[in-house]
Amino acid sequence: MHVPTPHTPLPRRPFDRSSFVLSATLAILAVLTIYGFTTFDTNGVDMDMALDMLGDNAKTLFFAPGLSNVTIEGLLKNLGVTVALGFLTTVLGAVIGMVFALASALNLAPVWLSVVVKAFTAVVRAIPTVLWVLIFAVSAGLGSVAAVLGMTFHSAGYLIKAYAESFEEVDAGSIEALKASGADWWQVVGQVFIPSSRAALMSWTFLRFEINFSTAIAMGAAAGAGGIGFDMFMASGFYLNLREMGAFTYAILIFAVLLEYVATKLHTKTMQG
Amino acid sequence: MGLKHTTSFSQMVTHMARIDFFVRQRIVAFVVFVILCGLVYVSIVVTEYDVAKGFTSIPKAVRWSTENFYPDAASFKKINKIATRLSDTIITAVTATTCASLLAFFFAIIAATSTRPHWLFSLVSRAIASLFRNVDVSAWALILLFSFGQSTFTGYLALFFVTFGFMVRVLIETIDQVSGDSIEALRATGAGAGAVITQSVIPACLPQIVSWTLFMIETNIRSATLVGILTGTGIGYLFDIYYKSLNYHAASLVIVAIVLAVLAVEALSNTVRRMML
Amino acid sequence: MTILHVDNVRKTYGGNSYALDGVSFSVEKGEFVAIIGPSGAGKSTLLRCVNRLIFVTSGEVSVNGIAVTGLSNPSLRRLRRTIGMIFQHYNLVNRLTVLENVLHGRLGYKSTIAGTCGFYTASEKNRAYEILHAVGLHEHIYKRCDQLSGGQKQRVGIARALIQDPTLMLCDEPIASLDPSAAKIVMDTLRDINTRLGITVVANLHQVHVARDYATRIIGVNNGRVIYDGLPKDLTIDIIQKIYGSEAHDLILADGDTHGTH
Repeated sequence: MHVPTPHTPLPRRPFDRSSFVLSATLAILAVLTIYGFTTFDTNGVDMDMALDMLGDNAKTLFFAPGLSNVTIEGLLKNLGVTVALGFLTTVLGAVIGMVFALASALNLAPVWLSVVVKAFTAVVRAIPTVLWVLIFAVSAGLGSVAAVLGMTFHSAGYLIKAYAESFEEVDAGSIEALKASGADWWQVVGQVFIPSSRAALMSWTFLRFEINFSTAIAMGAAAGAGGIGFDMFMASGFYLNLREMGAFTYAILIFAVLLEYVATKLHTKTMQG
Repeated sequence: MGLKHTTSFSQMVTHMARIDFFVRQRIVAFVVFVILCGLVYVSIVVTEYDVAKGFTSIPKAVRWSTENFYPDAASFKKINKIATRLSDTIITAVTATTCASLLAFFFAIIAATSTRPHWLFSLVSRAIASLFRNVDVSAWALILLFSFGQSTFTGYLALFFVTFGFMVRVLIETIDQVSGDSIEALRATGAGAGAVITQSVIPACLPQIVSWTLFMIETNIRSATLVGILTGTGIGYLFDIYYKSLNYHAASLVIVAIVLAVLAVEALSNTVRRMML
Repeated sequence: MTILHVDNVRKTYGGNSYALDGVSFSVEKGEFVAIIGPSGAGKSTLLRCVNRLIFVTSGEVSVNGIAVTGLSNPSLRRLRRTIGMIFQHYNLVNRLTVLENVLHGRLGYKSTIAGTCGFYTASEKNRAYEILHAVGLHEHIYKRCDQLSGGQKQRVGIARALIQDPTLMLCDEPIASLDPSAAKIVMDTLRDINTRLGITVVANLHQVHVARDYATRIIGVNNGRVIYDGLPKDLTIDIIQKIYGSEAHDLILADGDTHGTH
């Protein structure tokens, strides 16, 4: 406009670290992916045939489900076992998680304790749940005891981190105000921390329940925890019964969609405060 | 009878209203607590969980682990094999995650409110994603065993399915949150649909997409271990072999390797995230 | 020469209430029109009906004599590139640089492939640089937009609109998120665009005094209807009260305050 436009050439773009890191990450992921495809071990499976079969199998699975080795009551009972396993381990994990979260939130615990607890839980979380269950199975035997202990361990590790992060978001001003009025540590926890992060805590706990429901299926299939996961394992590996597999799939799908719906509702409520 | 019941209930409600606010809060908390305890009890009965055995098992497991569950000199001879299997598993997890994210991006584009061509696309896309995400990864693995048998591809597809379902959901949210406004601006300049996506949606969302992809890679390395046990591939299968042959020293070395790998990937992706955002 | 003609436009989002309820007016080339009214009066909807970001329910909008409602997609794109638009929240791609955001204004002129791949010619880049000089952002061309202040972001928005070579500028609450000094720079720039480049400006404004200071004509909207259409000097307190309803009192007070501090 009124500024005379000087015909200086457009300067070159300076180096930008964040775009460089972004491009580099994408490049590395692309290389790893291509490498992954070239080294796929198909273990002698004829891919064309398998893909053809996949279509037929999907049709049977979703459009012709049926029960033969298990009754409908048996299916519901085993679904109940899986849900109960998920619920029990979530509650136990939440109790343990709460205790250790109080000991690891930086605005509640001394730094050394926080560092120790956080490092320990990072290792606990790094070990997949199934391996926890199998470790406990050596002394407790395969079954519900090992499953409950293993799943509780991993849930606790997850919830300690989630709870501690929620606690660390609590407004420093309100903590200071209560301390100034002479409240002790427990009173601050009970009157500031729990009330102001209650929605977040509930949301995280329910999310973990969702995860534990899935894990409970997996533990039934891979670590002898029973429930509908074991039924699926038998249908897949022993009876080779796709129609029954379809029935089980629908059962877990319906329950999981229901859980996700509730979790989303809880989460939206949390976001709104 | 019914009427009497209602009266007494409404009386109770008015009575409750008169009770002090703090007392009422405590009553609600108590009722919730009792219900939770009841549900825990039912769960213990249904799962046939032996509480006493549960408690005694922990010290037993600790004692057993310190005595037997550590890598010894002999197990270190297997380190090459473990490293190979572990890297196979990580590569499978990465490959499945990146492919799933890429496909999920297209499904998210046609489903997000600010970019969808028609609401019907959104509905179909969300339904497909929900199906893939809500069937557990172990269930997918068992289902896919029917078609692909015990091969890496079975695990790859199982991880791919669940990741795809999850990524569609988070990417729809990301697109609507991050790029909604700039999409409107680009439309107003007369930009076509392709340009809107490549010039606005992708640059705005890419860091988030990469961040979620890295998160899913971490998750999928753990899931791949489980899937490996079911499909007889990767590091999970190797653990299973050592475990079942009672070679606990080697099995513990597998766990150490997994922990190191997961922590390393986690640290790496946290660094990338910090530098990228 | 009439550049914009709005004829009996109605817009409803379902239900019985109208966001726009029979709005008609024309804008001549070179005018600076301010549309004022309380929040929720339908100002934003009205502006978006002009470049069809929102479809009218009934009525017709024509720009440069071209009726907007019946346009095919390619014709709509051709029309949109002659209409610049700036927004209350700037609507930039925050992660991209200032220069890249300005170049987005050229996308309407590109083929599908060139636009999708983001190919810009050297002359387009130089032109973007010149415009950034003109709006005083030439030292920030490679800064990411999330590192700019609100006033700077809005000037990037203006630059993006200018590189379109528009004949009409639509401004949707351009200063509502800015502090007074940044708002003044943005409004002065818009006045410059209007007087020096001869680009017609239609701006939604919430603040009456800004509208009075800058516009050549004011349209008052309330409840989806045009209440006032005339010169700024003829806008009386009574009319302001009619336009803003219960909000008027606060507004006039606030106006007094701002004038006092100037």
